[in-house]
Amino acid sequence: MTDLNKLTIAEARDALKKGDVTSVELTEACLGAIEGAGALNAFVHKTPEIAMERARAADARLKGGDDAPAMCGIPVGIKDLFCTKGVESQAASGILGNFKPEYESTVSQNLADAGAVMLGKLNMDEFAMGSSNETSVYGDAVNPWKVDDRQLTPGGSSGGSASAVAADLCLAATGTDTGGSIRQPAAFTGTVGIKPTYGRCSRWGIIAFASSLDQAGPMTKNVRDAAIMLETMCSHDPKDSTSADIPVPHFEAMLTGDIKGKVIGIPKEYRMDGMPAEIEKLWADGTEMLKDAGAKIIDISLPHTKYALPAYYVIAPAEASSNLARYDGVRYGHRAKLAAGEGIVDMYEKTRAEGFGHEVQRRVMVGTYVLSAGFYDAYYNRARKVRALIKRDFDEAFDQGVDAILTPATPSAAFGLGEMAEADPVQMYLNDVFTVTVNLAGLPGISVPAGLDKQGLPLGLQLIGRPWEEGDLLNVAYALEGAAGFVSKPEKWW
Amino acid sequence: MSIDKDTARKVAHLARIRVEDDALPALADEFNRILGFIEQLNEVNVDGIEPMTSVTPQRLKRREDVVTEGDQADKILSNAPDAREGFFAVPKVVE
Repeated sequence: MTDLNKLTIAEARDALKKGDVTSVELTEACLGAIEGAGALNAFVHKTPEIAMERARAADARLKGGDDAPAMCGIPVGIKDLFCTKGVESQAASGILGNFKPEYESTVSQNLADAGAVMLGKLNMDEFAMGSSNETSVYGDAVNPWKVDDRQLTPGGSSGGSASAVAADLCLAATGTDTGGSIRQPAAFTGTVGIKPTYGRCSRWGIIAFASSLDQAGPMTKNVRDAAIMLETMCSHDPKDSTSADIPVPHFEAMLTGDIKGKVIGIPKEYRMDGMPAEIEKLWADGTEMLKDAGAKIIDISLPHTKYALPAYYVIAPAEASSNLARYDGVRYGHRAKLAAGEGIVDMYEKTRAEGFGHEVQRRVMVGTYVLSAGFYDAYYNRARKVRALIKRDFDEAFDQGVDAILTPATPSAAFGLGEMAEADPVQMYLNDVFTVTVNLAGLPGISVPAGLDKQGLPLGLQLIGRPWEEGDLLNVAYALEGAAGFVSKPEKWW
Repeated sequence: MSIDKDTARKVAHLARIRVEDDALPALADEFNRILGFIEQLNEVNVDGIEPMTSVTPQRLKRREDVVTEGDQADKILSNAPDAREGFFAVPKVVE
């Protein structure tokens, strides 16, 4: 077999079980692809020794019988936000320079326990704060999709994960999503990304950004792979107090492609002013595809949609300012050099000024401000009340019998790296306008590639599901994927 | 609500991030743009709405109050910029 790195998880799993291929062969193919893809800057810490060791162990396990888990022997990339024992885990930040955790995140441990092979750590926006992977201490990750001289963003914050999966450097990757950080990069790279219901994946060992919004999820080449990998990532974990103690279904078995009678809601508030015509058309086409597959389409209203982004930009920075208070130069990471006579407050202030990038500093300070005496009620509590209303909008839609909601994933296709440098920070935040509501309401959401724009860049549609109904959601996504028939891949230039 | 240079300085200090004086006006300007965006929330009627604390109604799990992990001072100190004799070392805190 050639180009083993181009396989999907399902294809590789079946070939491994038949004995047509070994995990060592798959892993070597991916390591070779990674070596040749420096220009994408997707893998920022490579772990070939760990990869080969796990691949050999997986091959031994696969030989032992038919009961090896689906992810056994599958080479994957891990976002730098996940703590991985003995391997740099920096959240793409200078403040965690050389940090090597003594422990493994629950999600990456679940993958390792299932026999998955870690190839290395993937680029991202610093502390997952960004929508273009341009705030990383490692430099920009680059989208393998290209239509002219410009280098394009793979999206963010899971930009390295998206780039690596789209470029076939790995079979799949982990991502995390606080406001759209799995779904927006998936849409920008023609890949699939699902953020499960809040509480499905343990947050333990994932470097925290905004704890009430953060969720991990897989980034894969198709919906079936997303189902397979998500199931392995999910678990109840006593080490995360918000981890859900409910059974994890066998998601892949729920992919029948039969969505007859399913009710799909189309929210009118997502038809934004100035929405590009091709996004509108993509959305209409996707609606038609689901209708043709037998779904019932209804118009719904989510009246507080407009306020989701402003609420998010209170809540997420507020939580970040608390979570990131731990980076003080005492226990791990960077510590600033002090001049004679400087004390501990100087140490904190200089360490954090040197260690945090500009966007992180800005969000920590906005968070500090909205939580400060006198403003807590006006900003933070008001935002949490609006959040309750946003969730109520969704609850009411689901009470009407809606099974899933279809929206665009992003307001545009991938843009050029550096193009937003002079823009207002709020302009960059608008990338998450369709995805952020889902985090605020704690719902599962998936981005599915559904077409190309007129330049030839991928565009995604988002499906939003009922809480804990990832299986149903994946099945609707599977039907949409089948109907959309998106098979384009970026042409190799790197 | 408009943030001036002095407020920006105060916020930076509260966040324990050193911002040089000449960078404060630009910072205040950025804050104002972000807060201007956030101000939209004032349009929403939130009378009688409880602030959300959790997306899923759940009672936090409880467990026996027993030691589950411990005796790993070396591991805990292994990433410290300055660790001495089993402690984190910092500049003098008390004069």
